[in-house]
Amino acid sequence: MKKISSAIVALLLVFNAHAEKKTLTVAAYPSVDEIVKTALIEWKKKHPDVDVKVVGREYADHHTAMTTALATATSLPDVMTIEYGYLGRFAQSGALEDLSQPPYRANDMAKKFVPFAIAQAHTQAHGQVAMPTDIGPGAMFYRNDLAQKSKVKETELTESWDSFIESGKKIKSATGAYLVAHARDVKDIVIRSGIPADEGVYFDAQGQSVVGTSARFQKGFELAKKIRTEGLDAKVNAWSGEWGESLKRGNVSVQMMGAWLGGHLSNWLAPNTAGLWRSTALPERVATSWGGTFYAIPKKAQNKELAWDLISYLTLNRQQQQLAFEKFNAFPALLEAQTGTFFEQPVQFLGGQKARIEWRNTASQIKPTRVFKHDTIAEEIVNAELDLVLLKGKPIDQAIKDAHRQIQRRARR
Amino acid sequence: MKPIIKPSVAPYVLISPFIVLFLAFGLFPILFSFVLMFHTWDPVQGLASMQFVGLENLAFAIEDPLVWTSLGNTLWLAVASGLPQHLIAIPLAYLINEKLGRWRNAVMGAYFLPYITSTVAIAMMFSTLFSTDYGMVNAMLMKLAQMPLLEYVLPSANVDWLGDPKTIKPIVAFVVFWRYLGFNVILYVAAMQAISRDQYEAARMDGANSFQQFWHITLPQLKPIMFFGVTLTTIGGLQLFEEPFILTGGKGGMEYAGMTTAMYLYRTAFDYNDYGLASAISWMLFIIILAMTILTNKAFKGKEGQA
Repeated sequence: MKKISSAIVALLLVFNAHAEKKTLTVAAYPSVDEIVKTALIEWKKKHPDVDVKVVGREYADHHTAMTTALATATSLPDVMTIEYGYLGRFAQSGALEDLSQPPYRANDMAKKFVPFAIAQAHTQAHGQVAMPTDIGPGAMFYRNDLAQKSKVKETELTESWDSFIESGKKIKSATGAYLVAHARDVKDIVIRSGIPADEGVYFDAQGQSVVGTSARFQKGFELAKKIRTEGLDAKVNAWSGEWGESLKRGNVSVQMMGAWLGGHLSNWLAPNTAGLWRSTALPERVATSWGGTFYAIPKKAQNKELAWDLISYLTLNRQQQQLAFEKFNAFPALLEAQTGTFFEQPVQFLGGQKARIEWRNTASQIKPTRVFKHDTIAEEIVNAELDLVLLKGKPIDQAIKDAHRQIQRRARR
Repeated sequence: MKPIIKPSVAPYVLISPFIVLFLAFGLFPILFSFVLMFHTWDPVQGLASMQFVGLENLAFAIEDPLVWTSLGNTLWLAVASGLPQHLIAIPLAYLINEKLGRWRNAVMGAYFLPYITSTVAIAMMFSTLFSTDYGMVNAMLMKLAQMPLLEYVLPSANVDWLGDPKTIKPIVAFVVFWRYLGFNVILYVAAMQAISRDQYEAARMDGANSFQQFWHITLPQLKPIMFFGVTLTTIGGLQLFEEPFILTGGKGGMEYAGMTTAMYLYRTAFDYNDYGLASAISWMLFIIILAMTILTNKAFKGKEGQA
């Protein structure tokens, strides 16, 4: 009898211990889910009583699942990962905790991050809705072998858009390689440079379209048209099979994107081209960013304090931020993590170039850009009008006017 | 032994899994989308953010040029991919049924294979085949163009099959045709096997050749199954989503030439976050499908009112 009662007591204790164990849920997309899993090894030493469930989904599926979770207020994670492209939509929802308010301490920490990334996740109505973890400072990756064969110097690629296009002509005639994958890529950089403070790419502070009034769009469309007319673009979309093949075979000589592209090129996109690429600043030394990852806490999350503790570890721990950069190419948003030997080391894939220093310089110059919930549709409308300019010869003025009108119509909704 | 469930209740219990699933995943979404059609809703703000706007979504959809572009594409694709499916499947089924003997099942299996293959695999295969710079189709055309005379007929440069608005639709239509041809062949072969052999024997004795037998015996008796097949093709064609979605990278391609209405309403909801407008478009599409089905029904009805 004594034995049975002891067994019952032992069972109850085990059950009780299990019942007390908290479960923290983190929802993320690749490879942020892997970064979180790696971070948990250290974080759990401080929180042995916490079970952490990392729910990883594909990029689009993840954001659809988060939209559904917020819509129904069920199955909400404690830590929600948000990519820059979805930040506008989620930030203005009012469903995320304002991390500048107690018990969170985002305001005290803000100075520790690259300013533009902190500003991106701040809204006037809802405060600091997320914390940045990685950023994508813009860089120009170019094929050094093709440039040398064409006698094109790096400075010619970066000096001005005109010299960039002239370099493209030389490369095309000497090697047959296209300058860029798609003329649209050039337009995308131009419309993202010189944005006035408090504005977004497509909208002003009041949420009105600036497409029809900003000179950025006129210049972007004109350059894209020039590149198409000169036959300097391969007409392939980024992330398509053809794009990957073009990078592997050296049919495209320049690719402008976030600094993280270097990792993708060496890991899976074009590992056969090791040593042939170099990285430099964008034309006219434009400082802009591609993407970025943020962590947020839904207002209806179950374990907010623990969620904040994990977010703090992921975003403010120097070792963790550097580890994510070294292993997963996630460029740190934490300033403190942008120093150290790893930044000084040569990048073998880029022919031993110390490229990370250049990327850090770019990151420090990027200005904050506001995000709006209609950004996606605005981008789509602008791209469709540019297609008409490139394919059907639609006059640029008319295309921009039409894009502006269509965006205004959508924005009123 | 006393039954666990009362016999009077048992049928309801046994049918309940279907009913529950149907209510949750069938009826509820339909009703919810109907309600949503009259509201604006930003889902990330929760259900409380739904606002009644009356017919505003419908009015916006009717004035939206992209709705009409997508409807035009859908109708074009439905006809260009649907019509050949039947025009080729019927004579093909006749040949398989009458002439192939013991190879019949193997050939039917071969034609049916694309139907049961994953759409993603199919679309990826065709994307690779029709790739501009690295595709086999362009490689073959370039080789052929080197031959005498053909150089004047064939294009001198690589064709941008999936990037040119003029070629996107025919490619999508071809992939859909290729995929569903086998399904229709099976349908027609099954119907042909139900036709009495006596009629063919009598016709042969009267001196009818193969074409006459096909035209005067097989074809008239296929009418009910043709009605069924054409109805399925019409509905499937108007709901076309997967093939154009994958072949155009999910965005509809240049000038939205490959964007069907099903794709546009999906994008309106999930990419543009406008669920009210997406619901309004989905109900517009439903009305069109309903009208087309009624028209198909009328076209196939005989004088006696029988299909």
